[in-house]
Amino acid sequence: MSLAQSEPLAAAPPRRPKARKVLVARHSVVVRLTHWINAISLFFLLLSGLQIFNAHPALYWGQQSNFGHGWLSMGAYASGGALHGVTKVGPALFDTTGFLGASREHGVWTSRGFPAWLTIPGARFLALGRRWHFFFAWLFALNGAIYIASAVLSGHLRRDLAPTRHDLTPRNLLLEVWNHIRLRFPKGEEARHYNALQKGAYLGVVLVLLPLMVLTGMTMSPMLDTAFPFLVDLFGGRQSARSIHFITASLIVLFFAVHILMVLLAGPWNEVRSMITGRFAIEVPPPPPPIGDAP
Amino acid sequence: MSLARRGWLRGAGASLAALALSGCNRITEDPKVVRVLAGAEGVSRNVQRLLARGALAREFTRADITPNFKANGSTDPPDADYRAMVANGFADWKLVVDGLVERPLALSLAQLRALPARTQITRHDCVEGWSCIGEWTGAKLGALMEMAGLRAEAKHIVLHCADTLGDARYYETLDVFDVFHPQTILAYDMNGAPLTVAHGAPLRLRAERYLGYKQAKYLMRLEAVDRFDHIGGGQGGYWEDQGYDRYGGI
Repeated sequence: MSLAQSEPLAAAPPRRPKARKVLVARHSVVVRLTHWINAISLFFLLLSGLQIFNAHPALYWGQQSNFGHGWLSMGAYASGGALHGVTKVGPALFDTTGFLGASREHGVWTSRGFPAWLTIPGARFLALGRRWHFFFAWLFALNGAIYIASAVLSGHLRRDLAPTRHDLTPRNLLLEVWNHIRLRFPKGEEARHYNALQKGAYLGVVLVLLPLMVLTGMTMSPMLDTAFPFLVDLFGGRQSARSIHFITASLIVLFFAVHILMVLLAGPWNEVRSMITGRFAIEVPPPPPPIGDAP
Repeated sequence: MSLARRGWLRGAGASLAALALSGCNRITEDPKVVRVLAGAEGVSRNVQRLLARGALAREFTRADITPNFKANGSTDPPDADYRAMVANGFADWKLVVDGLVERPLALSLAQLRALPARTQITRHDCVEGWSCIGEWTGAKLGALMEMAGLRAEAKHIVLHCADTLGDARYYETLDVFDVFHPQTILAYDMNGAPLTVAHGAPLRLRAERYLGYKQAKYLMRLEAVDRFDHIGGGQGGYWEDQGYDRYGGI
């Protein structure tokens, strides 16, 4: 990372020097492009994925579906002239009327897993949901492959994302957690680098969650299962792969929520600019007072 | 950042927000958009077939068989012709094999049972997302097509069925790529007993590398063709005519 540009030094008489803001090059072109393609792909994948889930809103472990005994299921029942939505997680039942199991579609109460405003298309239309899902699945997978190849080759992974020995000391980790709880974010020189919690979150998403989405997705394809039977074994069956696909997607949504929250708290304009133009503003200590020429 | 760029970003943001709201069906269901999205189907089909080649689907043991294998789509066809066949135990039923073949055939169930057969315990994956495991016994489609003399110009087999679903007759298309795959069979037995009506009596397709809607039930006629755009809605199958992908391997 280099100094890209600095504000001109004030020509004013030497008063107490103030911290300067400088723009440093933060994100490479590849990181910025792949970040936004990834964001757009995940948006469409999530919402079309919920459409696909709605075709059979129940999840199982193992090779096959033990109907009526999924570890998660959504359904509806009519009572007193009204439709009630029920979500079952393990043995626990929850009334989720209006959101899960039963919700309004164009004003009409309908039995459906996720509500119309969360699915692509809105109406129940599995065939089209699959069209959207598999189109963006290709975009997502190819984009991810380009990102990972570039991150390895350019040294981005090793230089910016791999935790240092100092990052991983218990003392540092505790300090970072404490700073995050107090919403104190790194300033100045420290802000040039990701902190250990950031590195952990990004590495977890980039190297674990996103690849897991691709692999569990592939495992649901009967044709690919013949080409890569070890994938089915790895996840413990096709229905397990479907469950892990759903859980991993939920974790990505959780990451997204925290990610957006952190961007808002850390300075949204600076953060978003850095992912668009690549430039990130940091405060650096004032330059030392000029030293007169030695006699 | 230039003003134009800022305006573009704001526009892109607004479009995304508009899309996220419920008014987005005009975009998500727009035929032109869908045609672009459907381009991914050919990529999936070609890449997956290249990776899979002739690989076999996993076979299970009797202990793995699902006790309540779900029957989907048509489970009790209303068609009068079919009901008459059920009434006399399919005694007069014959499978017609014609189209681009050297020797058109019409085979009874007994003749089909005399053909080279295969038994396989496999996982059935529905497009809806669920899976069941069942045992299937049937005549190898490859052997049948060798007997009929499938012609070189044939690209697909159209499977004509006896059941009407909604207001259209069910049909499917299978590519020649799958005809000679060892696990492509015309099943007459399920779990050791003749097919029930719910599961497609007297004969259904099992092509184990594909989703359930490709496994056409209530088979009446196999027609070898080089194109299918004049059949049904022209998309190569009952569900395909309603927007589903003809590939069905994903």
